[in-house]
Amino acid sequence: MFVACAVEAIEALTIVLASGLTRQWRSTLQGMAVALAVLAVVVAVVGPTITLLPLGALRLIVGALLAIFGLQWLRKAILRATGYKALHDEASAYLREVAAAKQAPVSSRRGVSDWYAFTLSFKGVLLEGLEVVFIVITFGDNQRNLGAAVIGAAAAIVVVAATGIAVRAPLSRVPENALKFAVGIMLTSFGTFWGAEGAGVSWPGSDAALLVIVPAVAAVSLGCVAWLRRGRAVAAANAEPAAPAEAPPAHAPSAHAPSAEASPARAGSADASPAEHAPSSEGMVR
Amino acid sequence: MGRVIRSLRSFGAFWYDFVIGDDWHVAAVVVAALALTALVVHVAGVNAWWLLPLCVIGALAWSLHRATAGRS
Repeated sequence: MFVACAVEAIEALTIVLASGLTRQWRSTLQGMAVALAVLAVVVAVVGPTITLLPLGALRLIVGALLAIFGLQWLRKAILRATGYKALHDEASAYLREVAAAKQAPVSSRRGVSDWYAFTLSFKGVLLEGLEVVFIVITFGDNQRNLGAAVIGAAAAIVVVAATGIAVRAPLSRVPENALKFAVGIMLTSFGTFWGAEGAGVSWPGSDAALLVIVPAVAAVSLGCVAWLRRGRAVAAANAEPAAPAEAPPAHAPSAHAPSAEASPARAGSADASPAEHAPSSEGMVR
Repeated sequence: MGRVIRSLRSFGAFWYDFVIGDDWHVAAVVVAALALTALVVHVAGVNAWWLLPLCVIGALAWSLHRATAGRS
């Protein structure tokens, strides 16, 4: 819970810092405060409402959502680990946001002196925060302990915010991709466990089954990383003899370096996260 | 009217991207596997605890294969 929320908080922090340091702190903090208030209302309303469902139905729905959500994280983490998708880099994400923030004109609306800074901060915190809210509600409601889940998430956000204020820079040294890999494994494992329970399954060993499911999902994921890396290495080795002898070897693509296809800008796939100049942070989500 | 429809569309697109993500096949496999598990458990009376993990692992491998095929 703590790690999952910390990862999202780091991404939100990058956007808030880019907005605050480049534009105006007052409007940035206003946007952040409004987004946090919206998220708090969502937790306060949706959290207790979902607990009204019978435990079986709750676990079936939450398990399905968590498994789908976790597989999304895991899929992206594996594609990033193998060079098929560009690594999520907070430093470059920060530079993109700063460049866009510097270009945007200052305009005042609805009592906010810098509307761009407000909306950038609001959207960034709200979108990243929705993932935290999703994890908090699903884990908290399933364990019938929403309070503990909220405390865990709040602790992660406080730690990340305090670190960000201290260093006044994006937390690019945090191994974010490795953390996302780990979170993907946990979400997928718990989603599988609860989803199957909701469907009527009795796990051998009851809750202790998680001690097998989590390592099994981790082993399969690491196996997928090895399988894809090997595929890239074999493809690169097969491509080398076909290159003309005069071609300078320095330009030959490495098996481990992200290739042109691996770049989201060239891949043209749904995975691509285009840097946008509009005050939007969707491209940075997840 | 057009603005309302556009807003509804972007709202739906946001939640689709948020929950389903890049590959809807993964979500379809998970939902189908849960339905199949419930059927096997409640109709056939078999405690099919192994079914969902197998489908989840299969969905992950299939999705990765689809994402990387021809891109090496």
